[in-house]
Amino acid sequence: MAVIDLANPTRFLTLVNRVLPWLIGATALVFAYGLYRVAGAPDDYQQGATVKIMYLHVPGAWLGMMGWGVMTVAALGTLVWRHPLADVAGKAAAPIGAGFTFICLATGMLWGRPMWGTYWVWDARLTSVLVLFLLYLGMLALYWTAEDPNRSARAAAILALVGAVNIPIIKFSVDWWNTLHQPASVVRMGGAAIDASILVPLLIMALAFTLLFFTLHFAAMRNEILRRRVRSMRMMQAREVPV
Amino acid sequence: MNPFLALIGRDMRLAIRVGGGALMGALFYFTVVAMTPFAIGPDLNLLARIGPAILWLGALLASLLALDRLFATDHEDGSLDLLMMGTMPLELAVAAKAIAHWLTTALPLIVITPVLGLMLNVEMSAMGWVALTLLAGTPALTFIGLIGAALAVTLRRGGLLLAVLVLPLTVPVLIFGVAAANAAIIGPAPFGPPFTILCALSLASLVLGPVAAAAALRQGLE
Repeated sequence: MAVIDLANPTRFLTLVNRVLPWLIGATALVFAYGLYRVAGAPDDYQQGATVKIMYLHVPGAWLGMMGWGVMTVAALGTLVWRHPLADVAGKAAAPIGAGFTFICLATGMLWGRPMWGTYWVWDARLTSVLVLFLLYLGMLALYWTAEDPNRSARAAAILALVGAVNIPIIKFSVDWWNTLHQPASVVRMGGAAIDASILVPLLIMALAFTLLFFTLHFAAMRNEILRRRVRSMRMMQAREVPV
Repeated sequence: MNPFLALIGRDMRLAIRVGGGALMGALFYFTVVAMTPFAIGPDLNLLARIGPAILWLGALLASLLALDRLFATDHEDGSLDLLMMGTMPLELAVAAKAIAHWLTTALPLIVITPVLGLMLNVEMSAMGWVALTLLAGTPALTFIGLIGAALAVTLRRGGLLLAVLVLPLTVPVLIFGVAAANAAIIGPAPFGPPFTILCALSLASLVLGPVAAAAALRQGLE
């Protein structure tokens, strides 16, 4: 089925309704297997059992970044091809991406407390994820304040593209800022290569989280389409009320 | 007369005359910098150390302040529609407005920076360097803010939304601006690299800002 066929929301809804149960099932299965592997994974010789936070933390970071990638593709779809579903996809991705970024930050803070002795350090990675989270919140604020979905879709698309250009620059400048202000003062993992006994469960968990992302994304897109239908039906209803 | 220069002249006249508020940014900057010692205490050594950071933060906030009026007034009285229908490319028109905005809000702020630096116990010889970093960096703030202003006017919202959208994007400018200023004053890191990157950020946003802002206006107000 070509992408253009999906421009019809009804056809898209049929597809989503057919695919979603399978996606949910696959997510649950991979999560179950991943958690089983995580439970069997060895503790780190330095960090003990807290290393298991990583299985939430790292996929959260990856998908937080992927969320903006999805929004960028959707933005191109909105501005270049005027695909009617593109802004639905972009709007649905924003809160999910923000959620995964939040998971990354929250688990990172909880991990930092026992390992570094503090919830937060102004480390380069933490800081750039924090700025990414702020960008997500700005995007959500844009959606909250807009009344007309069409208008907000295009504004959000431009913001997504500007953000996509800026995120690498922000990452680079935060790295610079960090090395300038404070030498690496915290124990960093990744000094040594990760052992396969930890890496394989991590990759399985990353796959599970990716499936979760797309499950949530499809469901959110369906909800957004239905929400827009409700909106236009209400407007039609309001028009029919005799004066 | 060249329409580009004419538009710059028009916006500057509007800003300078009654009801404009060109100097409001500089006044706000002055007030913010004056308020900071009340928050962190009158210790002159501490103020000297974080002086460049205070000046940069003040400049960042002051440049945001007037941005939401950049397109809003023109949108209200219809002259924005004329600009969009005119023969001059919208990108150029938007850039002209940004340049006028920079000349009327950022430039006065840079001019009064040396005086404020004295109050923060930053050495006189170092103030030139701080002012130079502001001169190189504030165009980036204006042109990134331009995108936010265009988005805000298409959504008919301004003020806080604009700040929330624009501030995270200005993180690199703030980092390299303060880094260059500190390198010039305290050292030991060389002044050149952060300063040239700051110039690069300004030049890049000079291109990206008008294109994105014009796209936002075209998409949003059609």
